[in-house]
Amino acid sequence: MTVALSSREIVSQLGGKFPGAVAEAGKDSVLVKGDALTQVARYLKETDGLKFEYLNYITAVDYYSYFEVVYQLTSLDHNRSVILKTRCYGRANPSLPSLTGLWQGADFQEREIYDLMGIKFEGHPNLKRIFLWEGFEGYPLRKDWNR
Amino acid sequence: MEIGPEGKQIYPAEEIDRHEGQIIEEVKAASIESIPDPDAWLEEPQRNILLTSVDAIINWARRSSLWPAACFPACCAAEIMAIEGPRFDLSRFGMEILRASPRQADLMITAGTLTWKMAPAVRRIYNQMPEPKWVIAMGACGISGGIFRSSYNVVPGYNKIVPVDVYVPGCPPRPEALIYGIQLLQKKIAKAHAVPDLPKFKMPKIPRL
Repeated sequence: MTVALSSREIVSQLGGKFPGAVAEAGKDSVLVKGDALTQVARYLKETDGLKFEYLNYITAVDYYSYFEVVYQLTSLDHNRSVILKTRCYGRANPSLPSLTGLWQGADFQEREIYDLMGIKFEGHPNLKRIFLWEGFEGYPLRKDWNR
Repeated sequence: MEIGPEGKQIYPAEEIDRHEGQIIEEVKAASIESIPDPDAWLEEPQRNILLTSVDAIINWARRSSLWPAACFPACCAAEIMAIEGPRFDLSRFGMEILRASPRQADLMITAGTLTWKMAPAVRRIYNQMPEPKWVIAMGACGISGGIFRSSYNVVPGYNKIVPVDVYVPGCPPRPEALIYGIQLLQKKIAKAHAVPDLPKFKMPKIPRL
């Protein structure tokens, strides 16, 4: 069974390495600021002892005042998983750095989030709509999208 | 697809996407009205309703060997797999052939929810089937969009895209229900005029001597 890693261990390690990056820590999840996302993700992927080399999924949630993008990472060597979250404030042009450089599987998932929520990912090699067609107006899974 | 410097693929230009989007918007704009079901040939009173024996033989041949075309977007396809299995055997009707090519098919069983993005492809499969061809709309999503009717991407029923002969309700319809629908289609085919009417032959004007 892959155990969900308690966030306290990660938070102390991250707080030491990247001061100010970690905003909050829930029971299983770590909330990171958007500009520190790539560094924290690379640190989680590559440090011995953490080695979170498998990206389970990326998904996005629309709370009205912000979008929250959720990543779940799993370490196959140590058999545990952790949830990483970031927030994008502002509905007009939300954007985040893309993690396709670290995990190739992030490619299609970020395209899906762009297609349905409108969050742009900088550095993505091919950011275009994946389920809906080019020319579709709006982003359907936002809470304020009304046909 | 080109291969770039690091061995990674370079994705093609956006014109293909824009062209595809335009096609989808055109299909969507043209599908506000449903295509009427092809029932007219069943009810025309002026034509001779007695079928000739040639008609009877051709209709028997056509309805006893319907070959389905593969058009299985979603979950109803599992019921088609069940039908093709040994318990609800479809090959007792001569229909076990399920080749992927629509050119060799005469029946399109539309098993699954249709999205606007897939709609031009389904229309193209229908266009590629040679006459005579029939369509069975399977499941609630096939009849009217079903439980997903209000979605931003779902076509409200296959009859917006192709003309449908038989509607089989269910979510998914049990294999016995689909077999009943196929039998109804076979009864419908039995009433068709298979031999086209000859054009009326006009006698040439012969002057009376």
